[in-house]
Amino acid sequence: MRNNIFFANTIRFLLLFLAQIFIFNHMNFLGTINPMVYIIYLYWYPIRENRALFLLTCFSLGLSIDLFSDTLALHAMATLTIAYARPVIMRFCFGVNYEFQTFSFKNTTRIQRVTFMALLVLAHHLVFFSLEILSLSHILLLLKKLFLTSMLTLLLCVLFSSLFTLETE
Amino acid sequence: MQQIVNFILRYRNAFLYIFLASIATMLTIRSHSYHQSKFFNSSKWLTGNIYSISNNITSYFSLKQENQVLAEENNRLRQQLFNLKKGGALDLDTTEVNFSFIKGRAIKNSYASPRNYITIDRGLKHGVQQDMGVITPKGILGIVENTSKKFSTVQSILNTRSNINAKIKNTNYFGSLIWNAQRYDIVQLVDIPRLVPLVVGDTIVTGGMSSIFPENIPIGIIRKYELNSSQSFYDIDVTLFNNMANIQNIYIIENKDRKEILTLETQTNNAQ
Repeated sequence: MRNNIFFANTIRFLLLFLAQIFIFNHMNFLGTINPMVYIIYLYWYPIRENRALFLLTCFSLGLSIDLFSDTLALHAMATLTIAYARPVIMRFCFGVNYEFQTFSFKNTTRIQRVTFMALLVLAHHLVFFSLEILSLSHILLLLKKLFLTSMLTLLLCVLFSSLFTLETE
Repeated sequence: MQQIVNFILRYRNAFLYIFLASIATMLTIRSHSYHQSKFFNSSKWLTGNIYSISNNITSYFSLKQENQVLAEENNRLRQQLFNLKKGGALDLDTTEVNFSFIKGRAIKNSYASPRNYITIDRGLKHGVQQDMGVITPKGILGIVENTSKKFSTVQSILNTRSNINAKIKNTNYFGSLIWNAQRYDIVQLVDIPRLVPLVVGDTIVTGGMSSIFPENIPIGIIRKYELNSSQSFYDIDVTLFNNMANIQNIYIIENKDRKEILTLETQTNNAQ
């Protein structure tokens, strides 16, 4: 069982990483919108796993995408931040339920899951674009990018999550 | 002591977060304030080779278009060659030339972020050095920033840190070419004084003030212009000749005199 989860996560890591650098980084929808679909890794990651390991894998996922897109440490910083904030966001979306052993995604509503995903995406993109643009004079550009990219990422993430539903957790 | 250990153990995740976040911030700040990081960029062996494989596959899709572009360039060059005023054949002595060219291909292109870099499949082995100019058959592309043995990264003109000397064709009014990160087909030319007569559609070319690019490489045409906030200089929007979304064949320019120019400049600066 444990091995299984580890194996599934490694495969997911690799596939999302490859999909991000070869497909989603080159989508350029409407000229400049590149969704960051790898965030779904954090959505799929099991809840009761070692948190330190979770932070480390998220950091390395972000960093490896950074290497390939020449945006050094922006993806890493953003992914790490939402990885750290995930428990807080989960408590906000699923209520105290989430802390019980019996909790699983199965007995949550669809709205709750989409909210969870939306908050992850928003937090990630906020950190990412603020660091990328890093100037107050471009605040409109920041908001525009934040809004449009979040919409597209969220849409794709929701599609992916319903396409590959989780069975084991 | 016990309490300190307990404290650290209890908040170990927070500490881990702070530790990793500070690494990330350090890398980000370094790449913001100075050149792109020396160690982590897509010119390296692993990243370069992976992009090279992917480019081998995807380059087929735009092969026809790219052939068209190259044929047009050949056509233009032939026209210039056979209409040369000099008469006689071209000088074929290569010891006296100032600029030499290395041909290459872009294997990774980006134009959606405020700071774009292009990875090319030529590196130190082929004679590419930092700060060489890079052009395409249609116009200017950027400046080499990092090199490895087989690959290099190019700071695109679509990069908020890029700053290239440019002028209006057939005049001597110089300005700087920058990018405001808004649209990938439009860059900005600033510092052109108010007294210059401008017309929409005028051609912008590189100026001769830098030791990176030769003079008169095409950049784009004026799309619109207006006075900036101080009312003494123009802000000009320039539509690029290049289609920055589709870059395949590129040329790297080596200026043989660059070393001499730079030594002279540092000597002058030190003397002051």
